[in-house]
Amino acid sequence: MMSSDLPSAPPLPDGLVAVVKRDCPTCELVAPVLSDLHDRAGLTVITQDDPHFPTDAGWVHHDTDLALSWHHDIDTVPTLLRVSGGVGEQRTVGWSRDEWEQLTGVDGLGDGLPDWRPGCGSLSVDPAHADDLAVRFSGSRLRSRRVELASLEDEWEAMWDRGWSDGLPVVPPTESRVTRMLQGTTRDPSEIVATVPPALVECTVEKVAVNAVMAGCKPEHLPVVIGAVEAACTDEFNMHGVLATTMSVGPVLVVNGPMAARIGMNSGLNALGQGNRANSTIGRALQLVVRNVGGGRPGEVDRATFGSPAKVGFCFAEDEAGSPWTSLAQSRGWQPGQSTVTAFAGESPRIFMDERSRSPESLTRHLAEALQATVSPRMMMGVDAMLVLSPEHMARYADAGWSRDRFMDELSAELLCDADELLAGARGVAAGLPPEAAGEQVPKFRPGGLLVVHAGSKAGLFSAIIGGWPNGPRGSDPVTCAITP
Amino acid sequence: MTTVLDPTSEQAPAARQRATRPESLAGLTVGLLDISKPRGNVFLDHVSERLTGLGATVNRYTKPAFTKPAPVDLRHEIATECAAVIEALAD
Repeated sequence: MMSSDLPSAPPLPDGLVAVVKRDCPTCELVAPVLSDLHDRAGLTVITQDDPHFPTDAGWVHHDTDLALSWHHDIDTVPTLLRVSGGVGEQRTVGWSRDEWEQLTGVDGLGDGLPDWRPGCGSLSVDPAHADDLAVRFSGSRLRSRRVELASLEDEWEAMWDRGWSDGLPVVPPTESRVTRMLQGTTRDPSEIVATVPPALVECTVEKVAVNAVMAGCKPEHLPVVIGAVEAACTDEFNMHGVLATTMSVGPVLVVNGPMAARIGMNSGLNALGQGNRANSTIGRALQLVVRNVGGGRPGEVDRATFGSPAKVGFCFAEDEAGSPWTSLAQSRGWQPGQSTVTAFAGESPRIFMDERSRSPESLTRHLAEALQATVSPRMMMGVDAMLVLSPEHMARYADAGWSRDRFMDELSAELLCDADELLAGARGVAAGLPPEAAGEQVPKFRPGGLLVVHAGSKAGLFSAIIGGWPNGPRGSDPVTCAITP
Repeated sequence: MTTVLDPTSEQAPAARQRATRPESLAGLTVGLLDISKPRGNVFLDHVSERLTGLGATVNRYTKPAFTKPAPVDLRHEIATECAAVIEALAD
C-alpha cells in the first residue's frame, strides 16, 4: 500500500479531551468528573467502547475504528489531554486529582473520590486489536505477494494445497500475524538475511518472519530463527549438500547464552523432544525457509534415503547454568553472555547408556566405544559428532574436577584406534581404511570434530550421540552465529 | 476471505528454451559431467564408449564436489562446447 493511500491522521477537537472506555473501573469512577469538566471547561469525551459512555450527550464522541486513539498514541484510559491544532500538547493518564486540576486549571475536581487511581489499557493497544490497527493505519512495509484464499477454502487446507507445508499444519501467515512476528526483531523487514539453497534465493527478514509464523513461532523466537538461517546458509555449513545427500541428516540447532532462557527454551527434561514451543518451532521455521524460499523439497533436491526427525526441525538449548564446564559456544570461541545458535549437520540422537561407571576414566572409555560407531566404526575423521552429556553423566566429571579441556584430551586419547583392525577387508568386512594406513594410530574425529553439549533431565544415566555427515570443504562444518535482537 | 503472505521466493524459474532434440548423436559433441562420486568415472567410461560408438565426440568434465552445484563457469563451458550434456546423480 502506498503511503498516499493511507487513512490520514484524524485531528482531536481543540481544548480539553478525555479518552475513556466503559470497561475501565477508573473511567467509571471519574464519570462525574467528566460531566463536571464539560460544564465548567468545555471537555470533549472520546469513548472507545460504549458510544453512550458516560452519557448520550453531544460532547461524547465514539472512536468507532479506534483511529483517534491509535493515531494519538493513547495507551492508557482515561487519558486527559489539552489539545491545540488537533494534537495533544499536554496529557496525563489515569486519575490523579492534582494532575487533572493542574492540566485543566479547574479546582475542586472529584469531591469524595480517592486522590489517585491507575488507569487501564487502551483498546487501541489491546493485543486483540493492536496488530490489525497497525496494518490498517501505518501502511504495510511488507513486500510479499498477497495470496487471497477463496471464501470457501479452508485456510489450513489451502496452505497444504499450495505446497507450503512440511506435512504438519502451518499457521496461515496473515499480514497482522507477520507484522506481530516482526516486532520480535529490530531488523528491517527488507534486510537480506541469507542466500538460501538450493535455489540460491536471497531471503529477507520478512520472508523468515512469514515462515516463522507458519512454523508456530512467537515473535521473541524470531531472532533465533534468523540466526539459524544465517548459520545454515553459509558455504561452510553447506545446506545444499545437507539437503541433497542420501544420508539422513538435517540442521541440528543448539542455542547458547541468555536468549535461551529468556524465550523459555528447554535444556532439561525431554530437551531433544516435544512439548516446548521454542524448541519445536525454531528448527521447523528454518526448515520451512529452506523448503519455501530455497525450494528444498523431498523427492526434488532432497534425496535422503531415510530422512530423520532432524529434517522436521531439531533445536534445543544447552543447560549452561547446571554445567561445571564452559558452554559449547565458548568452546567455539564465543564470549560468555553472547547468545548464539550453532548449526550442526546431524542425524537423529542415539542413546548411550552407562549406569555403572563411577569414575570419569570408566565413563570416558565407554563413551569412546560408543562414539567409535558413529556412522560406521570403520569411518575415521570423515564425520563429526555431537555428544549431549546428561547431568548425571556430567556429575562424574564435576565430582572428579575434570574441565572440558581435560575431558576432551582424555576422550581423544581413548578415540585413537589401531588402524590394522579397521583396514578394508579386516575381519572379512570390505569397508575400511586404505592399506597405507596399516600400522598407524588413527583418531575417530578430526580436531574440533566432536561437539560436546550439556542438556537433559537430572535423572538418567544416559547421554545422547548425534552422528554427523562428511565434514570439511566437501561436506559440512558446524557454524555458530550470534543472535542479534 | 483470508489474505496471506506468500512464503516462497516468488521466483518461478525463468522459462528457458531448450535446444531442439538432435535426430542423431553422430558428429555431435556430447559432454559427460562427472560429479566426483567415487567410481563415477568407471560408469562414465562405459557411457563414453557407447557414445563414441554412435559417432559422437565426448568431452569429459568434472565438478569439484558432488555435494555442491557445478560452478557457473563450468556450466558455461559445457554449454558453449557441447551440443548435449549428460549429467546424472547416482549412488
